[in-house]
Amino acid sequence: MPGLGTSFGRGGATNTQQDLQNADAIMIMGSNFAECHPVGFRWAMKAKAKGAKLIHVDPRFTRTSAMADTYAPIRSGSDIVFLGGLIKYLIDNEKYFKEYVVAYTNAPSLIDPNYQDTEELDGLFSGFDPAGRKYNPDTWKYQSDLPPGQTQPVPAQDESQSFSARVGKLVGPPPKQDLTMQDPHCVFQIMKRHYARYTPEMVEQATGCPKDIFLKVAETLAQNSGRERTATVVYAVGWTQHTVGVQIIRAATILQLLLGNVGRPGGGILALRGHATIQGSTDVPTLYNLLPGYLNSPSALKTHETLRAYLDTEVTPTAYWANMPKFMVSMLKAWYGDAATAQNGYGYDYQPKIVGDHSHMPMFVAMSQGSIKGFFAMGQNPAVGGQNAGFQRKALAKLDWMVVRDLYETETATFWRDSPEFKGKSSDVKTEVFFMPAAAVPEGAGSFTNTQRLLQKHEKAVDPPDDARTDLWFTYKLGVRLKELYQSSTLPRDTGIKILTWSYVDPEENKQWRIPDEPSSDLVMREINGYTVSDKKMVKGFGDLKDDGTTACGVWIYSGIYAPTADHPDGFNRSAARTPGQIISPNWGFAWPANRHILYNRASADPAGNPWSERKKLVYWDANAPATDTQGKPTKGKWVGIEGEVPDFVATKAPTTPANPKGVGLDYHSGADPFIMKADGKGWLFAPQGLTDGPLPTHYEPYESPVENMLYHKQGVNPVAKLYDKLVPGNAYSPPGNPDYPHILSTYRLTEHHLSGSMSRWLPWLAELQPELFVEISPELAHEKGISNTQLVNIKTPRATIQAKALVTKRIRPFVIGGKTIHQVGMPWHWGYNGIAHGAVVNDLSALVGDPNVNIHEAKVFVCQIEKA
Amino acid sequence: MSDAYGFYTDTTVCIGCKACQVACHQWNELPAELEQQPTEHSPGQTRPMTGNSYDNTGSFSDVNWRHVKFIEKSEIPAMGTTAASVSHSPQDPNRDNLQWLMMSDVCKHCVNAPCLEVCPTGAIIRTEFDSVYIQEPVCNGCRNCVGACPFGVIHMGGTANEGEGTAKKCTLCYDRMQHGLTPACAQACPTESIQFGKITDLKVRAEQRVKDLHDLGFPQAQLYGADTKILGGLNSFYLLMDQPEVYGLPSNPKLPSRAVIPSTFLSMGSALLVALGGLFAFRKKRMEEFAADPTAKER
Repeated sequence: MPGLGTSFGRGGATNTQQDLQNADAIMIMGSNFAECHPVGFRWAMKAKAKGAKLIHVDPRFTRTSAMADTYAPIRSGSDIVFLGGLIKYLIDNEKYFKEYVVAYTNAPSLIDPNYQDTEELDGLFSGFDPAGRKYNPDTWKYQSDLPPGQTQPVPAQDESQSFSARVGKLVGPPPKQDLTMQDPHCVFQIMKRHYARYTPEMVEQATGCPKDIFLKVAETLAQNSGRERTATVVYAVGWTQHTVGVQIIRAATILQLLLGNVGRPGGGILALRGHATIQGSTDVPTLYNLLPGYLNSPSALKTHETLRAYLDTEVTPTAYWANMPKFMVSMLKAWYGDAATAQNGYGYDYQPKIVGDHSHMPMFVAMSQGSIKGFFAMGQNPAVGGQNAGFQRKALAKLDWMVVRDLYETETATFWRDSPEFKGKSSDVKTEVFFMPAAAVPEGAGSFTNTQRLLQKHEKAVDPPDDARTDLWFTYKLGVRLKELYQSSTLPRDTGIKILTWSYVDPEENKQWRIPDEPSSDLVMREINGYTVSDKKMVKGFGDLKDDGTTACGVWIYSGIYAPTADHPDGFNRSAARTPGQIISPNWGFAWPANRHILYNRASADPAGNPWSERKKLVYWDANAPATDTQGKPTKGKWVGIEGEVPDFVATKAPTTPANPKGVGLDYHSGADPFIMKADGKGWLFAPQGLTDGPLPTHYEPYESPVENMLYHKQGVNPVAKLYDKLVPGNAYSPPGNPDYPHILSTYRLTEHHLSGSMSRWLPWLAELQPELFVEISPELAHEKGISNTQLVNIKTPRATIQAKALVTKRIRPFVIGGKTIHQVGMPWHWGYNGIAHGAVVNDLSALVGDPNVNIHEAKVFVCQIEKA
Repeated sequence: MSDAYGFYTDTTVCIGCKACQVACHQWNELPAELEQQPTEHSPGQTRPMTGNSYDNTGSFSDVNWRHVKFIEKSEIPAMGTTAASVSHSPQDPNRDNLQWLMMSDVCKHCVNAPCLEVCPTGAIIRTEFDSVYIQEPVCNGCRNCVGACPFGVIHMGGTANEGEGTAKKCTLCYDRMQHGLTPACAQACPTESIQFGKITDLKVRAEQRVKDLHDLGFPQAQLYGADTKILGGLNSFYLLMDQPEVYGLPSNPKLPSRAVIPSTFLSMGSALLVALGGLFAFRKKRMEEFAADPTAKER
C-alpha cells in the first residue's frame, strides 16, 4: 500500500473499524462498505446512530449509498478531481487545521527550486523521460545543505563497523523549512498552485457531481474536523484498481493531513482490504517484491550484491527504519539458523534476487511467452479473476504443469475442459493439471490479519474430509520434499533450500486429530515473534532484535505477538487473546506494530503533548508519571494512552525534545514529530521520493475514457502507466472519445458472492441469492437502446464480447461531463463457467494495464458498447 | 405465561446483506430454491434472476422463512402540493430523493394470530415465549392458515401429508430459544437491524429510536405493530421510514373472527327473515285452509 506508506510511513489502515464510532463524519469513497464489508459496516452504523454524518461518493447508488446522509455521484475515474477540489476548498477557505499542518506535515518544507509542476508542463512533472516513459525524481527533493549535485551522504567504507553503526554515517542534513509557509518553494505553496484549477465548477464539469452536493461534502468534512471533532475516510479497491490508484489514495492522505485527522480517534484512513487476511498476505507477503515486514526483496537491478550493500541502499537512517539491519539479519537468522553466519551475510548470499516486475500481469505475459513452466494456484482463480481473463486462460495452456488447490473444481482447474477457448478442444492443452482438495478455514488452526492490522487466531474445529489438507500442510510438505530433492545438490544456488530451517510439526498438538503431520501454526507464530538464538527464549518485541546474529525473528512487525509475561514465561499467542475492552480493546487479538491500534497516535496530542481536546483525547504526555528510559534508568514523564492504547512513539521522549541533526534513527526527530517511519518525522503532503508517477496527485483520465482530460491537454493519462498492448495480442486499448465504445464500464462485487465465486457459486444458499450475471444500466440508456429489464444484452470491449441480463435501475445514472451525456454501466464479476450459479466471465472484457507503482489493473473503469443480444 | 419474546427490526440500518436468510436456511436445514438441486454428478442449477432489484427469492415460501425486500423508490413532486406520489418503476428516470429501502420480513408472531384462530386441528399453538408455532405432526394440510395470514407468511411444503405437505413458517427458532440462544437470523445480523429480546424491552428501545430519528429530521420514522392496533400487537414489529404499503405490509389487517361477527349478524338477520316469512307463509296457508274448510280447526 504505497499510497499510505509514502504519506504516513506504513502501508496499513491508520485506525480500526471499531474506531469509526469515534468519528463525527465518515466519507466512504472508492468503497461499497455496506456490501463488501457488511460485518465491519456495523461500526459505521453505530457512528451514524450517534449522530455522525455518513457521506458516500460513488458512481453507483449502492447499499452503502442507501445508508448515507449524503450521496455524491461521480463518474468512475474522476476521483482525483473530487479530492483535489476538496483540498482546494480547505486551502482557499482556510479550513485546514493550521497548527497540525505546520507542526506535523511537510507543508513548510522547501522543495528544489528546479521542480516544475503539472500546471507548468500541462500534465507532466519535471524530470520526465519520454523515451523511457519514466521520471527522474531528483527535482522533487527537499532543499537541504548537502553539497550541490549530491543527493545523499556516502556511506563509510570501513567494513569492520557494525551495520547499525554504519547507519549513522548515512544521516544527511535536515530539509529546509519556512514555518510561515509563504516561501514559493514550500510544499504548501506548491500544493496551492497545483490544485488552483480544481474549483467546484471544475469538479461539476469533470466528475458530474452537482456543485451543491460537492460543497455539502466539503463543508461537512470541514465542520467535523479540527480540535474538537474528527472525520474518517474509508476506501477499498474502488480506489486502488486504477492506473492512478496509488495517487488517489495519496490525495486522501493529503486531505486528512490538512484536516488534522491522522493519528486521532475517529480520524485517519481506513483501508478496507479486498478479502480475508489480505493485509496478512502483504505483511508476511505473497508478493514478489517484498520480504516479511515490508523489507524490499533483494534485486539484481539495485546495489544489492551483498548484505552490506543491500542494507546501505535500503536503510532510512533518520527514522525508526534505521533499525532495519536488525530486522533483516534477524529474519535471515530465522530462515537459515546455524547456517546463517557473518561470513555468508547470514544467508543473504543464498537469497534469490528479482530481475524486474514479476507481479501478476507480467507473470501471465511471461507464461504466455512460454518462459514460466509451472504454476501453483492456491486460493486464486485467475481464469475468472484475471484481467483480460481469456488471455490468461490461454496463457495457462502454455504451462507444463499447474497445481490448483481449492475447495471446488474452479474455472482455473478446468480451463482445459470447460473454458470457451478449449471446450471440445482439450487435446490442444498440454498442461498437466493437478487438482488438490484444500481444507476450509475451520479445518486447520491459523490466524487472520484483518483490515486494521489485527491478528486473530482461529482454532481447528474439525479434521478436513478425505485427502483435503490445509495450505500450511501443503506448503510444509512441499518444502520437505524440495529439501529432499536438493539434498545431494552441490550447486551453490540450491544452498538456500538445503539450509532452510523447516521444522514445524508438534506431534503432541496433533494427538486429538486424524492427521498426524499437520504443522503447528503456533510454532510458526513463535518463529514469527522471534527469539534469542542462544536459549530460544521468545523476545519481548522488535526492540530486542540485534544485527549480529544473536536474535532470530521471522516477521519483525509482528514481533511481540508471543512475548513472555509473568504468567507465561515461555510466551503465549496473543492473537488468541479474547478479552473485550472499550473501543481500543488491547487484549483482543494483537495489532501490529506492538499492539498499537491507532497509528501515529502521537498526533492525537498537540506539539506540547496535551490532547487537542478532551473530547478527542487518546495519547498524551504525562510529565509526572514515573518511567524508565531506553537505558533502563528511572525517569519522570511518559506518553500515556487511554483505554490501554500503546503510544506509537518513544515512550519516554518528552514533547520538548529537540531534533538532533546528527542523530541516528528517532534521535533525528524532535519530540513533536509523530510520523516515526518517515525520514523527517512528518506526514507527507508532497512526496519528494517513493513514487514513480509524481510527488502530487494529479487528475489523469482512466487509460480508457469516453472523454478527454479537461485539466491537462498535453498529457491526459498517466504518462508512466504500465502498458501491455504491444506485449499481448488482443489487449488493445480504446482511444479517448472513441464512438465505438461510448460507455463507461465498472466492475464490482456483491454481498451475496465472494470474489471469483469459488467460495460462493457452489453453495446453494448463496447461489440462489444472486443466480445470474447482470449488467446494471440506467433507465435512460435502456430507453435509448430499447433494452428492457432482464433482457439479454451483449457487452463489448476491444478485448471481448460477453452476454448478460440487463438490470434496469435508477440507481445507475448518466453523467453530464463537459456538456456531454456519458452513460456508465456496472457489472459484478463473480461468475464463471462452473458452479451452481454460472455465467460469462466479466474479466474477459477488462484490459491488462497497470498503475506504475504497484502494477494493479484498472478494473474500476474502462469503456464498452452495449446492445440487445 | 412467561415474558413475550420477539423481534424489533430497525429497517433504517438494514443493509440488505441477506445474512438472516442464509442463517435461517442453515439453522433450520432448509434447502435453497433451485431449478435443479446439486447431485453427486452435477453442481445443480439456479433459477433465473427476477430483475426485481436485488431480490431473487421473491417471497416467503415453504423454505424461505425470512425474505429481504428491496424497494427502489423516488418521489415525483406533485404540482402545487407538498404531497408526493411514489414511483417504484425502474423505467422511470426520476431520481428525486432516491431511496433504496431494505427490510427483512418474517412471521409477525401476532398477539391475535389469524393462523392460530383458523387452525382446525390445534397444530398452531402459542408457546411459552408468546411466539406462534406450527406443530407439524398435528397439521392436516387444510391450508386455512395460508389464507388467513394477512402477511403471506405461511406456505405448504414437504410431503408429510400425502403429497399435500404441512404448513411451514418461522418458528422464532423455538429450538434455540429453549436453550437460551438468540434466533439464528438476529444472531447473524451484522448491523443489529434485527434485534431479539423481551418485547417490553424492545418497545422501549424502538420508541427511543423513533424519537431520535424525529430529532435528526426524519419525521416519517414510525413503528409498525409495536402497539395493539395491528392484530393486538406484533411480536415481530418494525421501524419503517415510509407508509407500511411501501414495504408491502397491510396497514390495517383483520382477524378472520372480526369478519365473522358482522356476517354472523347478517346470517342471523336473514334467518329471522326466513323464519318470519315462514310464519307468515304458514299463517297464510292456514287462513286459506280455514276459509275452504272452517271445520279444519278441529283437526
